[in-house]
Parts: sequence; structure tokens; C-alpha cells
Amino acid sequence: MTALPLILTVFVACVVEAIEALTIVLAAGLTREWRSTFQGMAVALVVLAAIVAVLGPTITLLPLTALRLVVGALLAIFGLQWLRKAILRATGYKSLHDEASAYLREVAAAKAAAVSSRRGVSDWYAFTLSFKGVLLEGLEVVFIVITFGGNQRNMGAAVIGAAAAVLVVAVTGVAVRAPLARVPENAMKFVVGIMLTSFGTFWGAEGAGVSWPGHDAALLVLVPVVALVSLGYTVLLRQRPRAGLAAPVAHSSEEVAP
Amino acid sequence: MRRLKSIGAFWYDFVVGDDWRVAVVVVVALALTALFVHAAGVNVWWLLPVCVFVGLGWSLRRATAGRRS
Repeated sequence: MTALPLILTVFVACVVEAIEALTIVLAAGLTREWRSTFQGMAVALVVLAAIVAVLGPTITLLPLTALRLVVGALLAIFGLQWLRKAILRATGYKSLHDEASAYLREVAAAKAAAVSSRRGVSDWYAFTLSFKGVLLEGLEVVFIVITFGGNQRNMGAAVIGAAAAVLVVAVTGVAVRAPLARVPENAMKFVVGIMLTSFGTFWGAEGAGVSWPGHDAALLVLVPVVALVSLGYTVLLRQRPRAGLAAPVAHSSEEVAP
Repeated sequence: MRRLKSIGAFWYDFVVGDDWRVAVVVVVALALTALFVHAAGVNVWWLLPVCVFVGLGWSLRRATAGRRS
């Protein structure tokens, strides 16, 4: 497999997470204070970089078969979680993720919190809000980078995809100074769920000893089949009568699941 | 102890999420795949995808079952 599908998959998955982190950072920075917000973000980025630096090279030392079995299983479970939520959102059984509402909620909470300085940080609330937001969203990015990079024995390409996503979102965020509410985040989450589930299924089965027909080319069939089945479930659920649709509500910054 | 529990809960929520049955389906399907391939010598490449689709459908059905009018 070439590096391009790997870079693109990691890029799209990381854009979604970076947008959610940006919403929290903007809420902390614009409402409270930028210095403490940047300090929290910087510490979280250092922690995330350390995790990749330690786990990245370690994971590539493991035998490929065992790695594919374990990581494939984790990725399939993780991907199915994304896909399940994306289908429930697309059919109105779960609230859509709305960055504008999430931003307003974070701003309201940030305005209500008292200012206190601790450990050399002038605004502890802004620091912790930014740190937790970037760390929690970043952990999903790290998980995707390590699993995809490790399985493809190409950690560099996975890191490039993730870094490009963070850079694009950060530059756009600085330019517009507002949450990126117009990005089709829910549709992107659907696509990411399809990709994570497909790659997880492919690698997991390979790790269990399966020989895929067509080898790597099987992914070119598996990805569209996963997409078709997911769209089929979406159509089926949309056709079912139900008691009521969920109203769009924001996610909390505490929420780590997609 | 409480900190350890919260770390465990965080990672459970991070990987497994809302429906643990999906995780069980994937693990059992992988175990069966390995069993067929290594013990019986049958290349059951289709087994995991089928189980993934069935597991997803089952989980969606459970999540939406109580919401019918």
C-alpha cells in the first residue's frame, strides 16, 4: 500500500479532533486569557509528543502479525464506535455535534469561573481547560497515528498526516478567530468511522492468519462495502417511525468518545 | 484506588465506548477466525467483516429499539 491513503485517512481523522480542540482553546483564550491558554496547550502538546515518541518506536518493534491482530481489533472496535455514533446522529437518534453550541457552552462556563493563579500560571482555569481539551482530543489523534503508522511500518507518513491536519485547523482558526462550525464535521466523522472500521477489520483478520483475496487491493473493496452497509443502516433507520428526534446539543470538553 | 478506577474507566470509554457488545463481537470473531485458519486450515477472510456488519446492526437496533413510536 502507498503512503497516500494512510496520510489522507490520518489527516481527515485528525482534522475532526483538531476542530474540537480548537473550539475549547478559542473559548478559553477569547474569554479568559491567551497566555495561560497557550501554556495549557503547549504542555498538552508536549505530553502528546512524548507519548508518540515513546510508543511509536516501541510498537514498530513488535512482530507484525501480533501487532496487526491487537491493533486491528482495537481499531475495529474504536472505528465501530465512531460509525455507530455517526449513524445514530445521521438518523436523528443522537444529537448532532455542533461546534457553535459547544463554543457557547464553554464560553458560558469560562465566564462563570473565578480567576486564580497557581504554579506560575496566572489563570489556572484557562490553563486546565486548554490542557484537558487539547490532551483529550489529542489522545485520539495519537491513537490513530500510532495504530496506522505502526501497522503500515510508516510512522513518518502518519505523523505527516496528523501534523498537516493540526496545522490547517490552527491556521484557519487563527484566521477566522471563531469555532469552525461550518466544517461538515458530522459527515467527516462518518467517513472516519468507515475508514477506521475498514482498516481495523483488514488488519485484525490478517493478524488472525487470514490471507485476503487480492492482498492489499482487498481494501479497495472492503472500504466501499463498509460504506454501503453503513449507508444502508442509515436509510433503514431513517425509514423507521420513532417517538421524537434529538435536539442538537453540544458536547462537553470532558467527552472523549467521537 | 479511586484514581486507578477513573483511569480504567477513561480507557474503557475511550476504546469500547457506549456498547461493549460490539467489542465482544469483534474479539469473538477474531478468535473464531484464528481457530478456522490455524486449526482447520480454512481461509475465512469473510468471517470478520460479516460479524462486524451484524454486530453494528445489532448495536444500532438495540440503541434505537426503545425509540419507536
